[in-house]
Amino acid sequence: MNSDKRPPAFWLLAAFFAAYVLFLYGPMFVIVVLSFQGPEGGLTFPMRGVSLHWFSKLAEGLGTVDISAALRRSVGLGLTVMAFTIVLSVLASLAFRKKLRFANVLFFTVVASLIMPSIIVSLGIGLEFRLLDGGVKKVLETLGMDGVLENYGTALGIYTSALGAHLTWTLPFGLLIMFAIFNRFNPAYEEAARDLGATPWQTFRHVVLPLIAPSVVGIGMFGFTLSWDEIARTSQAIGDVNTLPLELQGLTTTVTTPSIYALGTVTMVVSFLVMGLAVGLSSLLAKRQHAKRDT
Amino acid sequence: MSAPSTPSLPAASAPGRTLAAWWQALPLTTVFALFFLIPLALVLMVSFWDYNQYEMLPDFTFKNYLAVFDGCLSRNESGDLCVTLKTYLSTFKFCLLVWALTLVIGFTVSYFLAFHVQSSGVQVVLFVLCTIPFWTSNVIRMIAWVPLLGRNGLVNDFLVGYGMVDQPIEWLLFSNFSVVLAFVHLFTTFMIVPIFNSMMRIDRSLIEAASDSGASAWQTLWNVIIPLCRTGIIIGSIFVITIVMGDFVTIGVMGGQQIASVGKIIQVQTSYLQFPLAAANAVVLLAIVLMIIWALTRMVDIRKEL
Repeated sequence: MNSDKRPPAFWLLAAFFAAYVLFLYGPMFVIVVLSFQGPEGGLTFPMRGVSLHWFSKLAEGLGTVDISAALRRSVGLGLTVMAFTIVLSVLASLAFRKKLRFANVLFFTVVASLIMPSIIVSLGIGLEFRLLDGGVKKVLETLGMDGVLENYGTALGIYTSALGAHLTWTLPFGLLIMFAIFNRFNPAYEEAARDLGATPWQTFRHVVLPLIAPSVVGIGMFGFTLSWDEIARTSQAIGDVNTLPLELQGLTTTVTTPSIYALGTVTMVVSFLVMGLAVGLSSLLAKRQHAKRDT
Repeated sequence: MSAPSTPSLPAASAPGRTLAAWWQALPLTTVFALFFLIPLALVLMVSFWDYNQYEMLPDFTFKNYLAVFDGCLSRNESGDLCVTLKTYLSTFKFCLLVWALTLVIGFTVSYFLAFHVQSSGVQVVLFVLCTIPFWTSNVIRMIAWVPLLGRNGLVNDFLVGYGMVDQPIEWLLFSNFSVVLAFVHLFTTFMIVPIFNSMMRIDRSLIEAASDSGASAWQTLWNVIIPLCRTGIIIGSIFVITIVMGDFVTIGVMGGQQIASVGKIIQVQTSYLQFPLAAANAVVLLAIVLMIIWALTRMVDIRKEL
């Protein structure tokens, strides 16, 4: 296969690959183009002029849905999920490198969470919080705290049940990535640090963390983007207000203007921005590491 | 590759390190206990509860399970299967189709990347190109088919314009076809990543040895590469099958909310606050998915793949 002349199989497979990439990106590209449809334009081609009309319509809100509020909620939740995913996966991966009883049980729980049909997880979390609501109300009743009882709505919410639901989806990715990182990690650096008298914290802060930082950025990216697009696990585990993807899913049946493509373009831009940021930050950290090593 | 749980460091000051391991694992363990294990246990518990129009009633009854399988033992007068069996059959059909398609496409794409792209830089770029859409919204990627497949979409315009059909084809969108198409579009990535990973671990000298011994490209593929990719193929299959089995979003959006699926039944029952019934359905779904996974994982250790 090292000859200069490629075998015919190569061209066949290359054509297949190109077709796959077109299949992957073609439709996405189409809706980005269509979101710049002119004011008279519809959901399909032809383009009737080029404008930002449907983006401004989007900013005004679609029907009863306040898009910008949903967007802010989703960004807030995404950032929170990202922070939790990074910290919890890194911590747990450190624990897995030591003697940890129940390590196998914990590992299989995490993998099970990854492949569990999302509707089941979602239903379970929804049930958990509804039963919790029932319990809280009963306690308030017996304590005679009627004022509090009247104002008590539900424990379901963005930063309670939805956050938990998202973490069951992002943490397995975070932990598996950490395993992959530490499988390729040379423990000699840590041993050297310890031999030189570093405390465990110093070893982590000054030796391990800088070495794994570029990859940890990737975990952050997983955390944010997976939360940003999550529907299935959130669907039954959300309170009164929805996240952006849930609103979007609802709008697919009601909105019949290119505004929905504009919304699609906006969410895609956010996803790509986060990916770009992650790649940039990761390579910056890697570069700094190399620079330090060279001096 | 050492398994992650085996300590790679000398156990200096062992008691302190064990304690540290405990508190480091604690936050993650708590999250999975609170938002995964307890919820699953509650689903199981509530599936035996009773309910009325307003609330769930603690009980121990098999009534929800009987309701799930109501009329399933015999065909009814018109010779139809019961709703549950019919829905599972339809979901299995989707599963099988999507699994076969994602496997063939995913394997071919990975094979090209792993064995035909020679520069490792190009390899990484092309691999990332295949995975990027995974980090974008699934719903957007579904909606993206509307301007292509709709009644006045690009495909119909093309077909009618060139006189290949007289009238726009209706079954392109909001049909079984569009559901399968969207599944393949969304989830082939789940096949590509593990299969590509397995392929990159294959010792290239094995392939050389095969061709030196006179094996044709097909023989090498069938007798060397595919057996060595088994783990990747199984992991990818588990992902795709569990996603399709529990799906309600893709089938909902791409099926125009007209096609039944097990996930959709659960979702609808929850929206009517019939939680015990939804829970019973979830337990049955879980049991079936677990059986499939168990069958698939008989011979694979996920940890060796990282």
